[in-house]
Amino acid sequence: MADLEARGALSARPKSERRRFAVGGIVQGVGFRPFAWRLAGRFELTGFVRNTGSGVVIEVEGEPDNLDRFEAALRDEAPPLARIASLVRQEIALVEGEPGFVILESSSGESMQTLISPDIAVCAACLRDIADSANRRYRYAFTNCTDCGPRYTIVERIPYDRPFTTMKGFSLCPECQREYGDPADRRFHAQPNACPVCGPKLELRDVSGLRLEFDDEILAAGELLSGGKILAIKGVGGFHLAVDASNEEAVQRLRSRKGREEKPFAVMVRDLAAARELCEIGADEEVALASPQAPIVLLRKRADLRLAASIAPGNDRLGVMLPYSPLHFLLLREGPEALVMTSANFSEEPLVADNAEALERLAGIADAFLMHDRPIARRCDDSVVVQLAGAVRMIRRSRGYAPAPIRLLESGPPVLGTGGELKNALCLAKGGEAFMSQHIGDMKNYEAYRHFDDVAAHMQRIFRTEAELLVHDLHPAYMTTRWALEQGKPTLGVQHHHAHLASCLAEHRHSGPAIGLMLDGVGYGTDDTAWGGEVLIGDAAGAVRFASLEPMPLPGGDAAVRQVWRTALGWLHRSGVSPEGLECFRQPQAAQVLEMLDKGVGTAESSGCGRLFDAVASVSGLRHEAHYEGQAAIELMQAAGGRIADAGYSFGFERQHGRWLMLLSPMLREIAAAVRAGAGATEVAQRFHRTLVGMLAEAAHMASHETGLKTIALSGGVFQNQLLTEALAHNLESNGYKVLMHEQLPTNDGGISLGQAVIGREFLRGRYKGIMNCEL
Amino acid sequence: MAHGAGGRLSQELTARVFMPHLGNPVLDQLDDQARFEAEPGRIAFTTDTYVVSPIFFPGGNIGDLAVNGTVNDLAVGGAVPRYLSAGFVLEEGLPLADLERIVASMAEAARKAGVVIACGDTKVVQKGQCDRIFINTSGVGFIPPGRDVSCRNLRPGDAVLLSGTIGDHGMAILTTREGLSFQSRIRSDSAALNGMIADLLVVAPNVHAMRDPTRGGVAATLNELANSSSVGIELDEAAIPVREEVRGAAELLGIDPLTVANEGKVLIIVPAAEADAALAAMRAHEHGKEAAIVGKVVEEHPGMVVMRTPFGSRRIVEMPLGEQLPRIC
Ligand SMILES: [Fe+3]
Ligand SMILES: [Mg+2]
Ligand SMILES: [Zn+2]
Ligand SMILES: [Zn+2]
Repeated sequence: MADLEARGALSARPKSERRRFAVGGIVQGVGFRPFAWRLAGRFELTGFVRNTGSGVVIEVEGEPDNLDRFEAALRDEAPPLARIASLVRQEIALVEGEPGFVILESSSGESMQTLISPDIAVCAACLRDIADSANRRYRYAFTNCTDCGPRYTIVERIPYDRPFTTMKGFSLCPECQREYGDPADRRFHAQPNACPVCGPKLELRDVSGLRLEFDDEILAAGELLSGGKILAIKGVGGFHLAVDASNEEAVQRLRSRKGREEKPFAVMVRDLAAARELCEIGADEEVALASPQAPIVLLRKRADLRLAASIAPGNDRLGVMLPYSPLHFLLLREGPEALVMTSANFSEEPLVADNAEALERLAGIADAFLMHDRPIARRCDDSVVVQLAGAVRMIRRSRGYAPAPIRLLESGPPVLGTGGELKNALCLAKGGEAFMSQHIGDMKNYEAYRHFDDVAAHMQRIFRTEAELLVHDLHPAYMTTRWALEQGKPTLGVQHHHAHLASCLAEHRHSGPAIGLMLDGVGYGTDDTAWGGEVLIGDAAGAVRFASLEPMPLPGGDAAVRQVWRTALGWLHRSGVSPEGLECFRQPQAAQVLEMLDKGVGTAESSGCGRLFDAVASVSGLRHEAHYEGQAAIELMQAAGGRIADAGYSFGFERQHGRWLMLLSPMLREIAAAVRAGAGATEVAQRFHRTLVGMLAEAAHMASHETGLKTIALSGGVFQNQLLTEALAHNLESNGYKVLMHEQLPTNDGGISLGQAVIGREFLRGRYKGIMNCEL
Repeated sequence: MAHGAGGRLSQELTARVFMPHLGNPVLDQLDDQARFEAEPGRIAFTTDTYVVSPIFFPGGNIGDLAVNGTVNDLAVGGAVPRYLSAGFVLEEGLPLADLERIVASMAEAARKAGVVIACGDTKVVQKGQCDRIFINTSGVGFIPPGRDVSCRNLRPGDAVLLSGTIGDHGMAILTTREGLSFQSRIRSDSAALNGMIADLLVVAPNVHAMRDPTRGGVAATLNELANSSSVGIELDEAAIPVREEVRGAAELLGIDPLTVANEGKVLIIVPAAEADAALAAMRAHEHGKEAAIVGKVVEEHPGMVVMRTPFGSRRIVEMPLGEQLPRIC
């Protein structure tokens, strides 16, 4: 019997098969080969795994069931940093006498197509290592493994190998070398692998750059922070300026030294529990906070927030992040529970990343420097996300996300989108993917301009491609325009809001035209005026300007962005509103601005929607000066208290210059009258948001009626306004429209370079038509 | 003033208005050309046409502007300005008193600058064919042997000097033209700078370049210099003199004073070793009392002008495009 059974089992045993898997995506430098090795062991398969020019190739041989399980596990259990974009299976002939499963070196001569992983927060296993007093990495601030640690910020060249990273100066000690070479180890081929013996070291320096000797730099730094000192701390993508977030005096000192009046600071807290004590956290927000990308999440402050009041004055949100490097983790365990962690820079310039630069530039701000000797090859700011309209959405896409690709609907030639002027991020489209750079900042800043130049070259190098076309904004004074024109390559200038529309459609892999509601500050128009509240209909190839906000005067141009009362005066003046009972007319210099308006001097015409929020905030008496971009708009939204009125103000449409104008004067007159009659900011804000929702929805209906289109794309910085965006999306969706909103990319100008790149491809295909007049 | 009688009217104007004010031994010959002795060195020759509106403004008028502008264009090339021509296009209906006032200020400006108006011409055109008065002035000067001042001479390490406050002329013109009431104290800086430049060249003979930052202001001039010499220029925002009233008006109007025209200022690029001497020479002169070292020539960012702000960040100073365009999205 036993014999029979054994024979039966034998005969039932299926014949071996051999399969070849070609895996594409982020599969190199992320522990994919040892992962495959472990799976092969688990499922008793022989064969090999090897990096190739386009990803990873695996050949496995064994029982078909196990091969199936292997394939499933390949997808389901892939290492945290891996992103499988494609997996192609092929049955191939068996190989005789294969001893087991091996990891093969990539054959030389083969061109390496490495997708560089973004920088990833320290993993749980590494955290255990540094918390374990018996571990050789106990309290070691640069612990990492194939599942976590720095990547993009340390890469100097490709292929992604240690000699081509900023780890090249640290030679592995025998123990680290053993880990590096052992497929069973978590640190197999972990390029930044390091330990206290062979890896980067911390140092604490005073303002004069003098090294302070301590047995334990982290403990000493924690004590300095607890004592209210401002520390410059070198992290993954650059330096932060840190202070104890519960020390009001220290936070104010940081504000005054940094010259930053009211713009909110972000805080880093010990863990999720500590975050929960500060803010209300929903399920999606919690996932975002604890994600390997570890962004700053804009959370709703608790009423009893026990932090320094000047961290985010007047703002009901607080930017919170969790420790993402072992250094942060140790510091927050031993220093203050919550730290203000703000990028070490001056407004809108790239953050400081180099030790010498930090000592020189931050000497007037920091009391001490906690730095290390691992250079940062590419600086990278913290990312910022917010939960809005049913999803966690990007405000600033940088560390943790860059340069992970956005998948495109179509493949095409390599094109570089240079982005906007502020919040710049560039985009390199290659094949079926678009690589967005980290946040670069304000291009008028020389350091940012240089950073842009550096990142543009670096990205083309690491993605092994050279852009055939450089796409820039139509604005003649954008530095990105100047840069593009100086490169000696083919260029294309595209309209700002067309890029916004194309970006939103590309992100959603939407084909065919859509109705676009493009609402932002200003963007240069094809008629040489400032646009910013646009209804465009079209796609990447071209769009029709169907409607726009009624253009209004901006007295003093960009000066009105800070002195929002100027915008108010401009718009009230145009609407024929008299000054009685309105605070905005009583600002110093109001008389001079009115004189400018009377004479039409020094005022630019703009149909910007962002400016409309500024104007209404000032007319309602809420705020007349903005200390940071968007402050007046944020406070106007908050004034509504999360509610939107049932009835709005009047609005109207008028046919002019071949498009519809969304008239704002009726609303401005009614708001002025309401304020005179004693209406508070809350009432005005609630009715104003209702009006805007009604007017935009109406414009969308009109556009849909003309074209039959049912898809509506929303893009532009105004859609960071939660109240407006949620109410408008709800309105449109309940009327049967499909609404596309940015999710992976910021809705502000940080996302337009993707649109530019896909528009550029349409141009190369001979399909580009640009912005067309609307003939109905 | 009436149009029509053509030659006779011009003759009459010459006899009644121009000669009494502008007369001098060279012009008095009233030949078809001016003749004068050449001086050693190279000849510098320039021309410019003045169509400014309004023709009268605080601090000057189109007449002295036409003399000072051309004198300065010669002086900044290292030349000693000597002879000017003056060509007038007059719109019929221009009050004779206005013309006389303009011509008188030209004479006064020429006297102050020590130049001779050596030849001239007048045309009267129909109403609408010009705006009251256009003046063309050409100028001849002599560059002493051995002097080489050129926009291609900038070297890293050079100091950038500015002879005084910026934006006065352009803001005076703009606010007067638009009739803005808040400009009352802004006056054009229109002045001939050849005297000051001559003093300066005595103590700083190795000046590399000089330019008068007229149209497009300091921003345009420095961008041109940086481009021509393929060097970078770094400005120190805090060191650049701007009058309070000019700053205030510019801020209201959303205009960067760096892009506003000047008519009595000069930018001097000089080796660092001679910077202090050059500065002292300028400050000793009535047109250079507020002179300052405002920046330096650098190797970094060739062709680009960058300004260090009081916060320590560096802002790119671009070639002005003319109109201010909002760029904040
Ligand atoms: Fe925009
Ligand atoms: Mg000139
Ligand atoms: Zn790890
Ligand atoms: Zn080691």
